[in-house]
Amino acid sequence: MQGYIYPNEFELRWGLLIVLYPYLTGLVAGAFILASLARVFNVKEVEPTYRLALLTALAFLIVAPLPLVAHLGHPERSYEIFLTPNRKSAMAMFGFVYAWYLMVVLLLEIWFDYRRDLVLTAREATGPRKWFYYTLTLGATDLSDRALQFDDRVGRWITIIGIPSAFLLHGYVGFIFGSVKANPWWSSVLMPVVFLFSAIVSGIALVMIIYLVATLFRSKKVDMGCADKLASFLFYAIVVDFSLEMLDFIHRLYEAEESIEILSQLIEGRLFVSLIVLQIVLGTLVPLISLGVVSPALSKRSIARIPAEVRRLIYLGCAILVQIGIFSIRWNVVIGGQLFSKSLRGLTAYKAELLGLEGLLVAGVLLVLPFLVLGVLVKILPPWPDTELPASPEA
Amino acid sequence: MKSDSTAGPNRESPATREAVDRRDFLWEALKASLGVPIALCIVRVPELHGMQEEGDADVERIYGMGIDIRKCIGCGRCAQACKSENDVPDEPYFFNTWVERYVIRTDGEILVDSPNGGIDGFPPIEEEGSTLRTFFVPKLCNHCEEAPCVQVCPVGATFTTDDGAVLVDEEYCIGCGYCVQACPYGARWFDPVKHVARKCTFCYHRLARGKVPACVEVCPTSARLFGEVGHRANPLARFLRFNEIQVLKPHLNTKPKVFYANLDGEVR
Repeated sequence: MQGYIYPNEFELRWGLLIVLYPYLTGLVAGAFILASLARVFNVKEVEPTYRLALLTALAFLIVAPLPLVAHLGHPERSYEIFLTPNRKSAMAMFGFVYAWYLMVVLLLEIWFDYRRDLVLTAREATGPRKWFYYTLTLGATDLSDRALQFDDRVGRWITIIGIPSAFLLHGYVGFIFGSVKANPWWSSVLMPVVFLFSAIVSGIALVMIIYLVATLFRSKKVDMGCADKLASFLFYAIVVDFSLEMLDFIHRLYEAEESIEILSQLIEGRLFVSLIVLQIVLGTLVPLISLGVVSPALSKRSIARIPAEVRRLIYLGCAILVQIGIFSIRWNVVIGGQLFSKSLRGLTAYKAELLGLEGLLVAGVLLVLPFLVLGVLVKILPPWPDTELPASPEA
Repeated sequence: MKSDSTAGPNRESPATREAVDRRDFLWEALKASLGVPIALCIVRVPELHGMQEEGDADVERIYGMGIDIRKCIGCGRCAQACKSENDVPDEPYFFNTWVERYVIRTDGEILVDSPNGGIDGFPPIEEEGSTLRTFFVPKLCNHCEEAPCVQVCPVGATFTTDDGAVLVDEEYCIGCGYCVQACPYGARWFDPVKHVARKCTFCYHRLARGKVPACVEVCPTSARLFGEVGHRANPLARFLRFNEIQVLKPHLNTKPKVFYANLDGEVR
């Protein structure tokens, strides 16, 4: 503790679990927006990652509410948010936004996209597996050209609805923080926009990591056209995200409201490592410069001619750094916003425990869990374009 | 007017007329002095009564608190009484109300402290010579008219009563902590046993029995006053009339109902 804090501020109410929540939902929104690049904007190069991005979004979306529910004082009452939502509360809408995104957008899109594969697998499989896949088709086994065209058309429309929904999902998370006028570190109209673009950055980086690592484990060849395109998009997204963050930063600095002094102390002290070192230098500038030089984002071919193997490694390294950077952003927002007193006269400290519900161990489990879910999903619904499917009799 | 007609017969002599006029005037005055109260009794008073009855039923009763900074001696009895009255944990980081001490140095440095909410008193001021001014500020939930905590509560467990008190339904609170974040005054805390958000209730259980909040009752200098906002005949109304009043963080537009007299601009 340093200076004066209101006595009730001694304990930080939102800990590591609430850091995870915007981090995980950001990955969902980002992965979905990447998928929509292939589907709606017809970016052919990233098609190999289309299904993978959808499944990644679903896996992370399934896990995203867990830290939220776990941190509640009374998780058993959480259903009240659906039954008697306070319409004036930004948080009350979470359940509905989440349900909309899960049910209407992700599940439907995945179902329409996979229906043909499901039917074919159900036909070829035997025993319980056959019934499992047959159940997943929901009985819709028509594989005529008209039916498949319908699948495609509907899938496209769902993606079109899905893009604003993904924006809503994460912009809304930003709004939960940005609308708290009591907290000068959060209260910013840019917060939802910054959240959104950082989500896109993290989503692209995550799918890139999963794609590169999974291809390695499957001993397949990485589609370098795809990897280069992903890297370029990651570069553009970082540029927009970083510009917005800097705009927010400069705006605060220039306005220099009464909170500027305590916020400067916060940045120079408590948040120096997580904000300056991890978020800005390692998480943003290093990947930005590396991708700018290595990827073909700035010119038709990359500025530095680097062999594909090395390029891949650099992409992977950048993507991992970006993840660290985005996690730091969430940390700096959630924890940083509680480290200074609303009296603007002092700073408090936060020490994450190892054990306990809000501890590092639980957080680690919640970070690994989406990958396990993704593993299961990939097993059930292979997303690889090179997967051999049984030949369709109608095709 | 009437005096003219009664004075009529004595018009010949100005002197007599003057005398009669005076007598007449006095008589009229007597009649008037009796008549007005009678008339008021017949017409006005029932009307007033009617308004009062109506007022009790329909006109809003809104509670508020007044705090006179000049009267506060920083004894911390309010914070102590609140803890006992409202079953607030003893740890020094759970308070419905607490007292802050401000020490403003001649060089402009501002020191604020509130050790154990002021319950155990305050340590002596270091380097007293460099002190420009010093004062105590009792703090509590401001029971804002536009309460951010009420706005953000996702399930409506935090609500404003008809008489303006902001309360938490402990049977309903899901314990998300959003209200703790939304309160600009640091007035909310999270109950480590009940796992719900808690705050000052204006001692609502005491109000229901016609008593004032515990902190008001124990204040030895009457630095705290409790009453209804907008009613003329109560101590709070007088306090609001005869003092220059400020509220905390007015720029946030929360419209607090805890009113401070003689509040220093440095107080946040």
